[in-house]
Amino acid sequence: MTIALLILLPLLGLWTILASSLLNAAIGLAATSATLTLVLFTIESPLAGVFELSVCAGLITVVFVSAISLTSRYTDHEMAERDSSRRKRFFLLPVLMAAVGAAFWFLGAEQPVLPELAASAAGEVREVIWTIRRLDLVGQILIVLSGVFGIVVLFKSRKECRCGCEAKEQLP
Amino acid sequence: MPITLVVGPLLGVLILNLFGKKAMNGLAFTLACAIAIAQMALVLAFPGFWTADAGFLTEIFGWDAGVDSLAKVMFLAIPLVTATALMVGRQVIGGADRFFLFANLTILAMAGMNGIVLANDLFTIYVFLEVTAVASYILISFGRGRDALEGAFKYLLLSSVATAMLLTAIGLMISIAGGTSFALISDALKSQPNHLYAQLSLALFVAGLFIKSGLVPFHGWLPGAYSEAPSPVSVLLAGIITKTTGVYTLVRLVITVFGPHPTTQGLLLAFGAISIVVGAIAALTQNDFKRMLAYSSISQVGYIILGLGGGTEIAIAGAVLHLFNHAVFKTLLFVNASAVEQQTKTRDMNRLGGLSNRMPVTGTTSTIAFLSTAGIPPFSGFWSKLLIIVGVWKAGFPGYAILGIAASLLTLAYFLAMQRKMFFGKLMIGFEDLKEAGAWITIPAILLAALTFGLGVAAPWLFETFIIPIRSIL
Repeated sequence: MTIALLILLPLLGLWTILASSLLNAAIGLAATSATLTLVLFTIESPLAGVFELSVCAGLITVVFVSAISLTSRYTDHEMAERDSSRRKRFFLLPVLMAAVGAAFWFLGAEQPVLPELAASAAGEVREVIWTIRRLDLVGQILIVLSGVFGIVVLFKSRKECRCGCEAKEQLP
Repeated sequence: MPITLVVGPLLGVLILNLFGKKAMNGLAFTLACAIAIAQMALVLAFPGFWTADAGFLTEIFGWDAGVDSLAKVMFLAIPLVTATALMVGRQVIGGADRFFLFANLTILAMAGMNGIVLANDLFTIYVFLEVTAVASYILISFGRGRDALEGAFKYLLLSSVATAMLLTAIGLMISIAGGTSFALISDALKSQPNHLYAQLSLALFVAGLFIKSGLVPFHGWLPGAYSEAPSPVSVLLAGIITKTTGVYTLVRLVITVFGPHPTTQGLLLAFGAISIVVGAIAALTQNDFKRMLAYSSISQVGYIILGLGGGTEIAIAGAVLHLFNHAVFKTLLFVNASAVEQQTKTRDMNRLGGLSNRMPVTGTTSTIAFLSTAGIPPFSGFWSKLLIIVGVWKAGFPGYAILGIAASLLTLAYFLAMQRKMFFGKLMIGFEDLKEAGAWITIPAILLAALTFGLGVAAPWLFETFIIPIRSIL
């Protein structure tokens, strides 16, 4: 089961990167995160699984989709040009991913992971989030806030300009 | 109560946004500056703050670790540069709405940097590195021009590579240490220093942080990001963000977690020396003054890494002092760059000349900053470079020490060239009506120049207060 999911994971990652539209890429990212969550549950890391599912598959996807809603579509001509250049740009990516995967596979076989790993990761989710890693939660909140401001800075003002309104502010 | 240094800025952002942009636009600058100035006051005047119990905040966030002298140096530098960037931003960012966004992102970046300094756990460092990085990408692209977006994208890409390296290294460390706290990892590295995962993890950590620090040959993102970002963001990036995310993190991990290791020491010395020389030579060939300052940063960060690689108490003390000094004089140089860019609308040094005639404050403070960067007495940069060079020499690396001295001459050369092209000589035609940039640029420039001079004169106080206590953590 875990091996099948681990094979599926990079394939979904590739699909995310190569997807022709931003919306498909956001959906691909959510699917990748959901698969990673399953991997984390199968290797008995429920804490990491819950974080991955809530933050990456959930919250980040919502932020991405909100950002995409503020963009406009490419024309067919632009899309064709973009598809062609993207395929050329990423053709080595699957090879690179296979090489990195193989390297880790052999490294793992040479140096087996110590048993403490499983013991340390399998704490109760609630206890770990609210007792051991509370400071990291503040960090998560700060990252999400930065992302929200990023959307406003990068997309909202641009949309205002495209709609024909005059930009109210001067660029710094 | 150090946890309030992360929670306070977060509350500041929440307060600013609670009542809506329109209601809080006018307050954004005041509140953001108040947060930064309060932090400086806590470092300088309230020693009890660092050991006091935060009460319910400690209960909520569960953080009660101590703060050492190295952290205090950073807790002073972070708000100093942040407050300066806010002042420059007030002068050059037009429109209350955009300044409101800038102030929010600056506070978030400050909270991220404070979190990095506060962390005593590798994963917590990673989380706050990401906080600072995300805020930085957005700040660089704040100008929304093609070049700014390209600079932000380059930073995003290389920073992602660094992040992947750091995460892999953390994963490997967990497998040998069973956790991510500094204490656990330090013990694991002492008990099995030759474990393949330990060595691989160290290499990945050092390489990832070299990218974040912008050391040669991992510096590809840095000149574009520094030069294309809006002026106040350049101040923030060059003054403190890369120093905290890359250099401080490396210093902290080498001192507290990795410990002395011949391979790490060799890497630090070699990459430090290469960065000093390549950065200085590249700076000599630039015509864009912001790009020149960016390459100068690479060279100066090389000195810090060289001191760290020296490994002796005096060399590391020098590295930490240079980290602080560099934050001060590089911030001053970028504030001056903001003034020139704002007033002349060009960054090409060949189109400038004789600006000191019309902008005497900018010209004078720029001279003080470059003399300090080049390590000329009595400015602060002299003391930190002296400590680094003496420390590296005493550690048994006279070749690296001589290279450090020789590269200081290169520093003097490119700054003299910059000063001559921009500020000295006859005023270029077209700049007859030029005047100083506004008060929000000239006042911080004067204060930073006074600090550069004052730190040089008050070096004994500085050693007693900040530098000598660093020995206790080595």
